[in-house]
Amino acid sequence: MARLAVLLWLALAGLLPSMTGPAVAKSNIVIVSTTTSTQDSGLLDVLVPMFEKQTGLTVKTISVGTGQALALAARGEADVTLAHAPGLEKKYVDEGKMSNRRLVMYNDFIVIGPPDDPARIKGLPRALDAFKRIAESQSRFVSRGDKSGTHTLELALWKQAGIEPKGAWYIESGQGMGQTLGIANDRRAYALTDRATFLAFQKRVDLPILVEKDRPLLNIYSVMEVNPANGPRVNARGGKAFADFMLAPETQAVIKSFGVDKYGQALFVPVAGKKDEDL
Amino acid sequence: MGLFGQGVLEAFRLLLAGDSEVWQITWLSLQVSAGATALSLLVGIPLGALLALSRFPGRALAVSLVNTGMGLPPVVVGLFVTILLWRNGPLGFLELLYTPSAMVAGQFVIAAPIVTGLTLAAVQQVPDAFRLQMLGLGASRAQMLWVLLKEARLPMLAAVMAGFGGVISEVGASMMLGGNIRGSTRVLTTATVLETGKGNFDLSIALSVILLLITFLVNWALSFIQQRRRA
Repeated sequence: MARLAVLLWLALAGLLPSMTGPAVAKSNIVIVSTTTSTQDSGLLDVLVPMFEKQTGLTVKTISVGTGQALALAARGEADVTLAHAPGLEKKYVDEGKMSNRRLVMYNDFIVIGPPDDPARIKGLPRALDAFKRIAESQSRFVSRGDKSGTHTLELALWKQAGIEPKGAWYIESGQGMGQTLGIANDRRAYALTDRATFLAFQKRVDLPILVEKDRPLLNIYSVMEVNPANGPRVNARGGKAFADFMLAPETQAVIKSFGVDKYGQALFVPVAGKKDEDL
Repeated sequence: MGLFGQGVLEAFRLLLAGDSEVWQITWLSLQVSAGATALSLLVGIPLGALLALSRFPGRALAVSLVNTGMGLPPVVVGLFVTILLWRNGPLGFLELLYTPSAMVAGQFVIAAPIVTGLTLAAVQQVPDAFRLQMLGLGASRAQMLWVLLKEARLPMLAAVMAGFGGVISEVGASMMLGGNIRGSTRVLTTATVLETGKGNFDLSIALSVILLLITFLVNWALSFIQQRRRA
C-alpha cells in the first residue's frame, strides 16, 4: 500500500508539471485546421517549423478531412484553414464564415484500378466517362465516404455523370486515403486518389493509373482565414500570419521542390497569386 | 525477412539510436497515461471503497453505472470532453484543447470507472466478518479502512494495471483531445495511426512494438510488486 502511495506521488509530482512545457502566451498559438493529405505527405512537417521560426508563433495543426476542417473553422475552433474542396470552400466564404480565400498550390487526382481494367477506362481523356463506365459495368469502386476533399470531388463527378452510386459494387471505406488505397488494392477495385498519397503508397499498391490529367481532376489547395465573429478566442492576427506565410515567395519555393528527393517528382505545384479560372 | 520482422528491428534501432522524436513520443505517452491513472486512483480508490462499504438508496444503480463506465468507449469520451473543451464550449475559457492536459482529462474519465469498479470488487471480497471483528476490537473507521485497503492491495494492483492498460492503449480520445500535434500531443497510438495512414508500415509496426514493450515493462513492475510476497 505504501509503495502504491509512493508510485502515486511520483506520478503526480514528477510527471504532471513537466508536461505543461514551456509557457506559451495564448495569443501566440495559431490553430490550423487542414486536410490529412497536407500532413500525410509530410509537407506541413517542413513548413510549420519554418513558420514558427520566422514569426515566433506556435502552430497547432489539426489534420482532419476537409469537411471537418471547415466545420471546425466555422465554429471558431481554428484560426486558419488549408483545404482542397473549392466548391465547399466558396460556400463557407459566401456565408461569411471564412474570408480571404487564396490559392496556395495544386496537384492532381488520378483514377486507379485493377490492371485487367474490367470497365475499360484506361486512357480515357475524361474522368466523367470513366466514372460512367465503372457504374455501367458495376465494377468495384472504393470511395472515401468521409466528406473529405477527395470524397467531395468524387461525389461531384458522380453527380455530373448523372449517377447515384449505390449497390454492392460501391464500397465506402469511411477512412483516410491511405487505408482506402489499401482496401482498393485488396479488393482489386477502382478508386479516386490524390497523386501524392498514391506515390507514398506505391510500395504497397499495385493498381496502375488509368485516367489522369483531366481538368476536373485538378486538386486545388487554398488557405482561408477564420472570421473572428465565428466564436470567442479566434486568433485572427495569427491566422492571417499563417495564410500570408503560405503565399510568401520562400514558402512557395519550398513547396515547389517538396518531394523531389523522396519520390523523384514534386508533389505540389505552387500557385500563389493565381485565381481558380487561371488553372 | 517479412514486414513484421523489419518493423521489430526498426523499433529497436529507433530506441537504441536514441531517435529524439520517438523517445519524446514514448515519454509523452507514459506521462499522459501515468498522470491519468494516478488521478483516477486518487478518485477511484476512495469512491470504490465508499461504494463497497456503504448502504444507501440507489446504491445498486450507482454500482451499475460504475460497472458500465468500466467499458466506456474512448472515442465517445473523446467526443464529449472535446465538446466541453471547445473554445465555444462551457470549459473553453481554460484553452485546454489540443494540449497534453486535455488528453489526461479524457484518459482520466476512461480510467476512473475502471479503478472504481475494481476497487469496489476488491474491497467487497474481504469477508464482512473480518471488518466487524476489527471494529469489535476497537479500531476506528479510518484504521479499519486502511487495513481493508491493505488487505485488498493485490486485487487493487490489478485495478492499477487495468486502468493504465486501458488508457495507454486508447487512441480515440487522444486523437480528438490532443489533435496528434507533432512535438506536443503526439503519443504512440496516434503516431501509429498517422504512420499507417502515410504508408510507413515499418515505422508503425516499430511504434506498436515500443507501445507493447512499455506496457509490458509497466505491468511487469506492478506484477512484481503484486506477486513478491507470494514467492
